Amino acid sequence: MEGERRASQARSSGLPAGGADGESPGGGTPFPGSSGSSALLQAEVLDLDEDEDDLEVFSKDASLMDMNSFSPMMPTSPLSMINQIKFEDEPDLKDLFITVDEPESHVTTIETFITYRIITKTSRGEFDSSEFEVRRRYQDFLWLKGKLEEAHPTLIIPPLPEKFMVKGMVERFNDDFIETRRKALHKFLNRIADHPTLTFNEDFKIFLTAQAWELSSHKKQGPGLLSRMGQTVRAVASSMRGVKNRPEEFMEMNNFIELFSQKINLIDKISQRIYKEEREYFDEMKEYGPIHILWSASEEDLVDILKDVASCIDRCCKATEKRMSGLAEALLPVVHEYVLYSEMLMGVMKRRDQIQAELDSKVEALTYKKADADLLPEEIGKLEDKVECANNALKADWERWKQNMQNDIKLAFTDMAEENIHYYEQCLATWESFLTSQTNLHLEEASEDKS
Amino acid sequence: MEQASPDPERQLQPGLLEPLGRSDAGLGVAVDEEVEGAREEGSGGDTMTHNNFWLKKIEISVSEAEKRTGRNAMNMQETYTAYLIETRSVEHTDGQSVLTDSLWRRYSEFELLRNYLLVYYPHIVVPPLPEKRAEFVWHKLSADNMDPDFVERRRIGLENFLLRIASHPILCRDKIFYLFLTQEGNWKESVNETGFQLKADSRLKALNATFRVKNPDKRFTDLKHYSDELQSVISHLLRVRARVADRLYGVYKVHGNYGRVFSEWSAIEKEMGDGLQSAGHHMDVYASSIDDILEDEEHYADQLKEYLFYAEALRAVCRKHELMQYDLEIAAQDLASKKQQCEELATGTVRTFSLKGMTTKLFGQETPEQREARIKVLEEQINEGEQQLKSKNLEGREFVKNAWADIERFKEQKNRDLKEALISYAVMQISMCKKGIQVWTNAKECFSKM
Repeated sequence: MEGERRASQARSSGLPAGGADGESPGGGTPFPGSSGSSALLQAEVLDLDEDEDDLEVFSKDASLMDMNSFSPMMPTSPLSMINQIKFEDEPDLKDLFITVDEPESHVTTIETFITYRIITKTSRGEFDSSEFEVRRRYQDFLWLKGKLEEAHPTLIIPPLPEKFMVKGMVERFNDDFIETRRKALHKFLNRIADHPTLTFNEDFKIFLTAQAWELSSHKKQGPGLLSRMGQTVRAVASSMRGVKNRPEEFMEMNNFIELFSQKINLIDKISQRIYKEEREYFDEMKEYGPIHILWSASEEDLVDILKDVASCIDRCCKATEKRMSGLAEALLPVVHEYVLYSEMLMGVMKRRDQIQAELDSKVEALTYKKADADLLPEEIGKLEDKVECANNALKADWERWKQNMQNDIKLAFTDMAEENIHYYEQCLATWESFLTSQTNLHLEEASEDKS
Repeated sequence: MEQASPDPERQLQPGLLEPLGRSDAGLGVAVDEEVEGAREEGSGGDTMTHNNFWLKKIEISVSEAEKRTGRNAMNMQETYTAYLIETRSVEHTDGQSVLTDSLWRRYSEFELLRNYLLVYYPHIVVPPLPEKRAEFVWHKLSADNMDPDFVERRRIGLENFLLRIASHPILCRDKIFYLFLTQEGNWKESVNETGFQLKADSRLKALNATFRVKNPDKRFTDLKHYSDELQSVISHLLRVRARVADRLYGVYKVHGNYGRVFSEWSAIEKEMGDGLQSAGHHMDVYASSIDDILEDEEHYADQLKEYLFYAEALRAVCRKHELMQYDLEIAAQDLASKKQQCEELATGTVRTFSLKGMTTKLFGQETPEQREARIKVLEEQINEGEQQLKSKNLEGREFVKNAWADIERFKEQKNRDLKEALISYAVMQISMCKKGIQVWTNAKECFSKM
């Protein structure tokens, strides 16, 4: 059966992403028709699957591509994913490097928007070349995220930065906002690149490589608006059912997610508040040093010491500025990303519940309506597989996510502590040298008096 | 107006007071140095010599503050704070101190003492009192006079005030000051008996009074400018410092919230739990450390405030001199015009318009006898005026001499004290930084173990 073949092929292609060249015997030939529509691709892949064994990598790619709630099969087994995880996280084998930079403003008659330059460097065979440069706007990122969620409803897709700034739309083109967004978009793409499954997503590849017009035409294809609406309706209808029969481990997961979401939101607020307080402290400190200079103008005997105090205060002021920017670099974006992640996770839980709900409703139908008894068992079988794959995918990705979260949070807070230590060390050195010079002066004066 | 030289009635006989001046709270070091300075200075001038003669030295401390209720002048119930002043005499030979006097005074009595000193020692830069009401307050500090922290800082300020007087070569010998320390009851009556309120020139009370002086003494004009600048710059400094303190408080306290949230979060984490929990504890420590830090800084602010108020004392001396100069000029003017009148009468020429001239024209010339009588009166007045002018000039010169001696003394004291205050500020900052390094190093360790 077609489904079985696919599965067997998937199992044999338990490859690390970076090992494409090493694994396939004939070397990778570029994937043909990379800029085609998803439907076309599917057809091509089916052909290739039957004929060419050395395109295993691509078959895995292609089969992953069509993962949406219509297709019942989940191509990769959890085992292969776990193997991938082990390899994925080793930096040596990273073969996809993405940067997001150079925000540029574009003005048209209808609207003004910002595009970001995306540079991709890769040694992967399935890419036509080793370097790509494209421009994308926020909408394009939204599209990509949507496609990834469609294809992998129970994988933890990295979050996108918010559409609007919290305090109102007017600030949309504020420099800080753009810079923060750019960094977050950079993070977004790199997280996808690092994800063992998502990194091979076709839409992701198109996003990174296609020219503007190619991307627009590609976007237009795919499940139409109506079918997407239908999806949503079904989702809403079935979301409640899934919750009732949620397995224990997912109940635990859900509890964790709820609590985590609360805590990380609080930490986000606290961290933002600290930044604000530090900024206000800095603003006041800026005024403090100069007053001592002013004072020194009317005091003959205290000129030197007052000037020294003023310069110490100024140096501490600079140190505090550095601490502030360190906080903004190391801590705030990480915490905020996990706030968005927590929202993401709740969405993933819902989608898992939906998939389960579909199964449950069919089982119910079978129990009560003996009429369509012929077709139902087969459908139920497919749905059961679907649920199992969805659950396994989520479980594996969950472990990966948790590990990453721990590392990221640990690093962010350790950096914050380091910034603070460094700040206090700088201030300490400043004041200690002031004290030493005063003591030396005093000793000098004392010896002068004696002589 | 009072003579500038020390009035023997005001001053105590030698042997009764030898200020040692110490405090174990507040500005101990500053005052000790102050005393050293006074002793060194005391070897010359009109102050009495110390070390060789006197066996007894005294220590003054304002050791306690207590809330009291009583009835005020209008027989209404009021609450006030009373301060315990203890005086110890120290035996020169073995350094043992014995409590000789102990009495309670309230703030208004301190004010009375100071007002008295201002009248009888106009050429002295009289030490200021701590502020009556809390100013330059940052938001967590209470502006309430009854607040225990304010009372505590005021207690230290009052002690400092007494120590400053006790270590001043001239003021320390004042009888009323001595009685302030030793005579609990009837002290107010003793002060009032001196009649100092009558002696006080009401013109000086007008704070912004300026007297048009034709030949101002440049040194005093400069001093007045200096005192204005000092007041303005220290006020500004204190205001900004209060705002900085406020902000610093905010930064520290917000970190305390991490403690709570980390603790709650640690409950759902297996591996990260311990690290989070203990890091949270350190965040709490960090947040609470700011209270002590800012309390210390408040003492620094008090040291600056003293010199803010000293600026006012400097201005008082300048104003006094201005007034003296003004009276002198008026007296000289008056004398000159009388002399001129006399001359005109004698020579019969009327150069200036005078009422006499007018009446003469209207009612006829006066008789030679009348003229003689008037000349005689004027000559007497001129004599008197010349005597007065002479003594006023003498008085003025004495005032200037003594005032400048005290101003020089004050300047040295100020330089010493402010240098020390700035150094103590640096020491405070160093302590704060060390604490910060400690806490964050601990926190970092916890984070890295997560």
